[in-house]
Formats: sequence, structure tokens, C-alpha cells
Amino acid sequence: MKSVPAKKISRSRTTKGKRKVRVLVGKPGLDGHDRGAKIIARALRDAGKEVIYTGLHQTPEMIVNAAEQEDVDAIGLSILSGAHNYLFPKVVELLRKKKMGKVVVFGGGIIPENDIPGLRKKGVDRIFTPGATLSEIVEYVNKRIRPRA
Amino acid sequence: MAISAKEILSGDVQAAARLMRDLDDEIPSAHRTLKTLYRHTGRATILGITGAPGAGKSTLVDCVTGHLRQEGKTVGIVAIDPTSPFSGGAILGDRIRMQKHALDEGVFIKSLATRGHLGGLSKSTIDIVNVMDAMGKDVVIIETVGVGQDEVEIVKVAHTNLVLVVPGMGDDIQAMKAGILEIADIFVVNKSDREGADRTKQELETMVGMNTYREGEWAPPVMAAVAQTGAGVPELLSEVERHWKFISREENLERYRREKARVELMEILKKRLLEKAVDDLSRDGVLDLLLQDIARKIRDPYSIAEQVVDHKFGFHLTEGARKGKGNRRR
Repeated sequence: MKSVPAKKISRSRTTKGKRKVRVLVGKPGLDGHDRGAKIIARALRDAGKEVIYTGLHQTPEMIVNAAEQEDVDAIGLSILSGAHNYLFPKVVELLRKKKMGKVVVFGGGIIPENDIPGLRKKGVDRIFTPGATLSEIVEYVNKRIRPRA
Repeated sequence: MAISAKEILSGDVQAAARLMRDLDDEIPSAHRTLKTLYRHTGRATILGITGAPGAGKSTLVDCVTGHLRQEGKTVGIVAIDPTSPFSGGAILGDRIRMQKHALDEGVFIKSLATRGHLGGLSKSTIDIVNVMDAMGKDVVIIETVGVGQDEVEIVKVAHTNLVLVVPGMGDDIQAMKAGILEIADIFVVNKSDREGADRTKQELETMVGMNTYREGEWAPPVMAAVAQTGAGVPELLSEVERHWKFISREENLERYRREKARVELMEILKKRLLEKAVDDLSRDGVLDLLLQDIARKIRDPYSIAEQVVDHKFGFHLTEGARKGKGNRRR
């Protein structure tokens, strides 16, 4: 980490009445590789977001429940297990059931290009595949995710 | 959209989550709702859990919550993690260790970032505990950020404070120092299956034993636990129960309530007065001029603060500052 000059320390007093973007980052399903999810969580933290990291082995129900209690603006999911065609749409469906359809769902992992149009059709906002850069993802979140009114 | 008190009292999860976020973001309408909710608070028992990073706070919260749920109690959890001082962002990871309760409707978990607030809590913690209380949660657990020696704000908010200590964190002089170890109602030597646990427990007991407790005063017990496996947690909880009984005695409860009322009022006053002063001074850029003067040693911050407190800052300071500017031009 490069050191940051002291004057760059953000002052909390200026945050009054300003919404901070809250993003849930989680890993649904059974694969145990969370390095990617952790790197994303870290990158989003460095971009000034509040990241609720829920860890491994989440069911879609657990993720949506957490999103509800934490009042997040977006959910970022990492799936490497191949179960993306089930897990992503399930999260979107559960959100809609709870009338939380405005929560943006995005994700990444080992996901074949051919599956992406189908996932998008089912309400997944964006899929990042291996090779996507961190700055690409951060830029997407910065542009796309706004605090829900 | 503003959240009404009625929605909270009816237990609406999304409304509560939104109100909590509004309070954290300091949205004015949220404070109006809290005004109405305030008289519905005071029913929940508030349990504070604090200790160094990695002491096992989240794991203990998870374990304690499990036991409370078995007793049929509903639980609210406020888990606080630090905000990055550089980016303003945060990673809130306390949920990782609370998975067991992710689908339990009787448990509401809110992760908060400190957002620059010192003392182990976030600025909004008291407000959010009040919302959970008004929602009807039987027990509200506050998990502080991993703290060092002097972050003791929790003591004023919780009925019962658990201080987690792990073996091998230093000699008994560390334990004698003032600060965090003074605030414990109950000490928990966590990870007590590790080497040195007995010694740590003994040292804490010796430290507690050096105090003299009068009749009717609470002497903090030292408990051993392994939060990971749940060993020692039932014993710990019966001590918590004993402390609740102690604090429920009329004279103790009255004292606690008054102390909490004082903290609530002082915290709000501090925030509001500072905001007002800064807002007023910021008008017409007076604040910047004053800061410049201080930086150049033309004025001193002590006198300016005095003038601000004496309400002289409105018109007078504006004049002074402008004069100051004129002087420099000359």
C-alpha cells in the first residue's frame, strides 16, 4: 500500500445527509474460493463504499435476508461453481418477491459467454468474466449504483 | 420516503432497515420519526460486547444469540466495523460469523461503519439501538469495533458490558491499566482452551480482587469460554442473567436510566451545537478566514472558541474576520 498524505483523510463531518452506497458482497453456493470476492470487497471499500461481506456458502435466501436488513443498494455475487444459472436468477426472484426489485444484482465468476444473455434477461444487471479488471468493476459500480431513494 | 413510527412499531423489517440507514446517513426526517419512537424505547435489555480485534466478539455474539433464541427471546444485533480513514469506505464482515441466524426472523442484524467516530461505536449507534428497542426486540447486542485500551463509550449505552480478553495479551500490569478493563461487568477469557488461559483468568481475578466492593456493589466475575465451540457460554449467560437481575433493582435501574439519558442528551447536544456553530461560521466564508488567521497566528483558537460559545460569533465575528482580512491587505 502506498502511504496517503494526512490531509487526504476524509472528514466525517461533511457526510451529514449524504447517502453512502452500501453493497452486499457474497458467495452463494458451494464453492469455497472467496479470494475474488474479497478482492472486490476491498476494491469497493477503497472506492468509498460500505461493503457488507457475508462470506462463503450462502443460500439465495440468506443473501436476500441480509440485503433486506442491511438496506443495500446492490448485491455483488461471485460464483465459480457452475451453478450460476440457478443462483443468480433465484436471488433476483427473491428480491422481487420482497418488493426489493430496485436492488441491482451483478456478479462474476467462471461464467460462459453463452449464459450471459439469459442471465441478463432474468434481471442480472451485469456479469464480469475472468479477465475483467478491478477498475472496470469499480467504474461500473460508481456509475450504475446509486443510493436507493 | 420518510418512515413512520407506526411502520417500525408494527415490526416492518424493510421500514426498520431504511430508518436505521436514514439515521446513519443523518437524514432529518429520520430524527423526526425517532422523536415519536423514543417513548416506546426502554424495554429491551442491552448487552455490550467489546474487546481487541480478533478476540472473538462476533463468534461470541453468534453463540449468545443462539442461546437467547432457544429461550424464545428476540434479538437485535448492531455490529460495528471501522471505516477506512482514507477512502471513507468500509468492509463490514461481522455477519460472516453470524450465519446461523441469517434466516431467523427473530434476529435482526445491522452492520454499521464507524464513519470517523471514535470510542468504539458509530455516531448512530444509540439511535439504531433505540429503533431495535422500539421494534420490540427483547435483547439488543452491540458489538463494538475491535478496541484497544481507551474506547469505552459502550459502557454508557449497554446495561451489561462484556469485555473479551484472550490469553497471551500481556502481563498483569496491562490488566491494571485504566480504561477498557474498568468498564467490564463481566470479563470473558475467550479461547480459553489455549495456553496461558488459566494465568490470564487468574490475573484478571487478582485485579478485580484488588478493588474493594461495598455491599450492594457489583464485583465483575471472570468467566472462561470458547466461543467457537460454545464451551462456557451457558455459565457466562447465567452471570449475564444475574447482572440483569442486579441492574433491575429499583435503585440501580434508576441510576442506569438517568446515566443513559444523560449520554443521549449530551451526544445529541454535542453534535447539534457543533453543527450549528460550524454552519453559522461557514456562512459568508467566515470560517475559512478564521482558520487562515489561526494558521498565520494572527488569532488564537482559544479566543475564537470562547467567542463562539458566548454567542458573539454571529455578527461580531463576521465583523472581526472581515476587519482581519482588511488588516492583512494593508
